[in-house]
Amino acid sequence: MAKKINLPLTPELAKTLKAGDEVLLTGTIYTSRDAGHKRMCETLAKGEPLPFNPENATIYYVGPTPAKPGQVIGSAGPTTSGRMDAYAPTMMSVGARGMIGKGARLPEVVEAMKKYSGVYFGAIGGAGALLARSIKKCELVAYEDLGAEALRELYVEDMPLVVIIDSEGNNLYELGREEYLASKK
Amino acid sequence: MREIQVQQIIDVIERLCIDANNHLPEDVKCAIKNCRACEDGKIACGVLDNIIENFEIADNENLPICQDTGMACVFLEIGQDVHIVGGDLTEAVNEGVRRGYKNGYLRKSVVADPVRRGNTGDNTPAMIYTEIVPGDKIKITIGPKGFGSENMSAVRMFKPSAGLQGIKDFIIETVEAAGPNPCPPIVIGVGIGGTFDKAALLAKKAIMRPLDTSNPDPYYADLEKEMLEKVNALGIGPQGFGGKTTAIGLNIEVLPTHIAGMPCAININCHVTRHKTEVL
Repeated sequence: MAKKINLPLTPELAKTLKAGDEVLLTGTIYTSRDAGHKRMCETLAKGEPLPFNPENATIYYVGPTPAKPGQVIGSAGPTTSGRMDAYAPTMMSVGARGMIGKGARLPEVVEAMKKYSGVYFGAIGGAGALLARSIKKCELVAYEDLGAEALRELYVEDMPLVVIIDSEGNNLYELGREEYLASKK
Repeated sequence: MREIQVQQIIDVIERLCIDANNHLPEDVKCAIKNCRACEDGKIACGVLDNIIENFEIADNENLPICQDTGMACVFLEIGQDVHIVGGDLTEAVNEGVRRGYKNGYLRKSVVADPVRRGNTGDNTPAMIYTEIVPGDKIKITIGPKGFGSENMSAVRMFKPSAGLQGIKDFIIETVEAAGPNPCPPIVIGVGIGGTFDKAALLAKKAIMRPLDTSNPDPYYADLEKEMLEKVNALGIGPQGFGGKTTAIGLNIEVLPTHIAGMPCAININCHVTRHKTEVL
């Protein structure tokens, strides 16, 4: 059974989540990819505030397709998280705690997750039409010029995710594969 | 000479861009469903169920299967007895892509310069491959290519002494290095022979070959089967969460090559292996 999780992702809530947990996420999240992260980190480096409150925030690495008339958002599956590795520790240092994406993370991101009680959730790569169904609201926050990469605030209901890396650094990519290979011996 | 108007080409390409992005080919759907039937891990089964539900939603509601609607790779097999009239062929292809990506609500994912970046805003230019063939028709195939998987592809110039084992090791090494990044289960296209550039093109063509077909040469058909089994023994599994299904297909295409070399390219695609063809 998937665990129902309500945001914001406080440190206390983050610590209850373990690698391999299937979760249904409800609450407000923000979208950003490479270009948006670069801008946010430049903003922080100048000592200026971000366009949203990062405290306990969860960021979804996604660049959706344009919404058709009547749609909240177009197809909206995750992009490869590794491209945000250069920025993720900085984002966590200002309070952002949850990340939704797909693919491997660098050791320095995992170290930052342990330090700041971060959680890395996986959404199914390539399941953009399905994931869009859990997105109930979508509003532009900043960086409109980046098009699909703009910073948006989403409200999601029961978004189906899996905890890939938890706040202790346990990693489903390693554990899941080891478990499968051990079962075949 | 049979005359074909560029307007016809524009219309076909617009339609193919939209159809290819919204409807997965039957052979790919079938391969995913077969893998689901063989999978037994709880998370792995759940992932494959969601992938199947996703392409069914996309089919029924005419939505893009994935938000990365790719770079438009356009393959044109032009009959030598065709005369294209009414405009410029390259411009016609780009206009078709422009219209398809706008009218189909597809994502515009192309930057004008690889280093200085800057989105072109209409998903052009397309990557166009032309081939002159006998006949008086034009066969147009569009394969939108996502970059989560494209980024995990590789090419290597082997010494002939590396032999078959060198190629086998390279396939395993590439899939292993890709790990969860290209959204497994993946499709693996292998191109062996030709020149540096031709090997890469063969690998791209290999991922577009239907997954229920084999290389016509039994030597390579056996190699496809053997390597698919070996890749699936890695245990990476759906989305990299562990399981039997790391790849749903592995196709090999070959060409003659030089006495001094053995180029090998591996093009990785995700489970959303999209392509659509029409003949004019």
